[in-house]
Amino acid sequence: MSGNIGLLTDTLAAAKAEGRSALIAYLPAGFPTVDGGIEAIKAVFDGGADVVEVGLPHSDPVLDGPVIQTADDIALRGGVRVADVMRTVREAHEATGKPVLVMTYWNPVDRYGVERFAAELAEAGGAGCILPDLPVQESALWREHAEKHGLGTVFVVAPSSRDERLVRITEAGSGFVYAASLMGVTGTRESVGAQAQDLVERTRATGTGLPVCVGLGVSDAAQAAEVAGFADGVIVGSAFVKRMLDAPDHAAGLEAVRALAGELAKGVRRQA
Amino acid sequence: MPSEFFVPDPTGQVPSAEGYFGAFGGKFIPEALVAAVDEVAVEYDKAKADPEFARELDDLLANYTGRPSALTEVPGFAGHAGGARVFLKREDLNHTGSHKINNVLGQALLTKRMGKTRVIAETGAGQHGVATATACALFGLECTIYMGEIDTRRQALNVARMRMLGAEVVAVKSGSRTLKDAINEAFRDWVANVDRTHYLFGTVAGPHPFPAMVRDFHRVIGVEARRQLLERAGRLPDAAIACVGGGSNAIGLFHAFIPDEGVRLIGCEPAGHGIETGEHAATLTAGEPGILHGSRSYVLQDDEGQITEPYSISAGLDYPGIGPEHSYLKDSGRGEYRAVTDDAAMQALRLLSRTEGIIPAIESAHALAGALEVGRELGPDGLIVVNLSGRGDKDMDTAARYFGLYDPDAEVAANDADTAEIEGDAK
Repeated sequence: MSGNIGLLTDTLAAAKAEGRSALIAYLPAGFPTVDGGIEAIKAVFDGGADVVEVGLPHSDPVLDGPVIQTADDIALRGGVRVADVMRTVREAHEATGKPVLVMTYWNPVDRYGVERFAAELAEAGGAGCILPDLPVQESALWREHAEKHGLGTVFVVAPSSRDERLVRITEAGSGFVYAASLMGVTGTRESVGAQAQDLVERTRATGTGLPVCVGLGVSDAAQAAEVAGFADGVIVGSAFVKRMLDAPDHAAGLEAVRALAGELAKGVRRQA
Repeated sequence: MPSEFFVPDPTGQVPSAEGYFGAFGGKFIPEALVAAVDEVAVEYDKAKADPEFARELDDLLANYTGRPSALTEVPGFAGHAGGARVFLKREDLNHTGSHKINNVLGQALLTKRMGKTRVIAETGAGQHGVATATACALFGLECTIYMGEIDTRRQALNVARMRMLGAEVVAVKSGSRTLKDAINEAFRDWVANVDRTHYLFGTVAGPHPFPAMVRDFHRVIGVEARRQLLERAGRLPDAAIACVGGGSNAIGLFHAFIPDEGVRLIGCEPAGHGIETGEHAATLTAGEPGILHGSRSYVLQDDEGQITEPYSISAGLDYPGIGPEHSYLKDSGRGEYRAVTDDAAMQALRLLSRTEGIIPAIESAHALAGALEVGRELGPDGLIVVNLSGRGDKDMDTAARYFGLYDPDAEVAANDADTAEIEGDAK
């Protein structure tokens, strides 16, 4: 069975056709439980997210700030496994018909087996993978299997990326390009760096046809609207996780993430 | 004139241009760090080609560190090692008390050349942190050291030394609260502050060029030891032995001996409470290839690639990874790696103290325990060189609790519930 790269591409194109940015949400699998995490993703789609990235919790989340570290820790202590991540992707996609990606550090994929991981993700209805610590020059094997199984490979670009790197990355990537708004780890910020717009422009200047979506630090509708003014998509992670962590119980957490998705969905349609 | 103490690998055989030692190494880093890591590689290549860099580093290593370090024969200790002759390469006598200063001074000079004003580093036992804080004081660089919270307790003396030297010490409370987590936190800092910050990585792991560069800065250990042994013993040793956590002191000793096929290169990993208990940090003995902290190497991990929590009485060896060149030496058969328990290391620590008047670091005591085994295997004709990578002052609290050296009435014995993890090991 082939993965859903086509659905991801169509979804981002449809948002563009509506004259708006897409809203891309991130939540880790297994947080607070596997079933609870699936409910949270459905709530976020219900609130207005166009795409969801499912995080594969890792023991050493070097690129994540304290909020996602805490969620990963809860998920791992609950015993989350790759099979649970696949089930999360499957149920979230089947219930909504929306594109679902996996975001993971590279070692779990390497250990699981690159081909096996790609095949199972495609079979679960996944649209692709974001691999933030797999640089483009180490990615050939993954891309071969991703392509074979109809999965996208979303690379991250950073404000420090030189133009020649941007060319190489956009040539290798598919689905969209993840532009990190600032230099740092995941987490909510008061403001999104001015570097973000410059990075989006430099990425587009490579001539890539890929949508460029901006993540890191975006947490509210005003920031989403600001980013939507220059990017094809707005990626929000820690703010969702924080709402879940801060909620008094699971039901309240689901309501909170649904509400946040709703506010952000308005934000990406407003455009500052 | 060729430099005396800065003696990088002259062969250039490994790593490859992409940073691979056979199947191990590489550069598994986030895009945000690619430019900074590339800058380190370019700057290091320029420095290697610049006689002024070698001159400056040589001067520091001679007149600040105190190189060459002594080679001490230890017949009293060797009497317990099957009668083989045993020599210690005395990196414990370097300024700051360990081999770490060799690498730190090299990278501190690079930091200046790159125009960066801030240095961050991880530390386990505190030896790398102290050396880094020292170099930052010397060069006027801002300094932040990340250290696992458990390690800040068991190496409290080194925390005080770093603060005395003007460094900020951050106790890392995530994960296993040891060296691995200190490295995670240092990477997070680096991603956010890379413009003005150099990550002065302390071992031969991490992304290319760190494994090769850190090795080059420590290569002087083996170059000196080889020359000193030829002068003193008239021949090459049968075995060169060192402890391995990340592997920097071991590769420093081993590297100059790699072409000498008759010299066995033996790394001693921490077996903690015993490999069979699962409470150890013996990466090459019990690990599988994977990716941790920027390179492919052996890693302690579960069947789905989650890194497992290591354990060792030695904070400096308590790490679930290993430098990629050691993985390469293991798989090629050129290196041998064996595991040494906490207890064996502590007995060796006491033995060297009592027989030779030299108190080694607990890290180095793992190599000494290995030497006792290897000496008995070789017999009286054997000749062994051991890297005494650090001195034991920092470990006196752990050792005092382990051996019951504190006066039972003394306040210090009673008032530290924080060290329960360590007290539990007391025999």
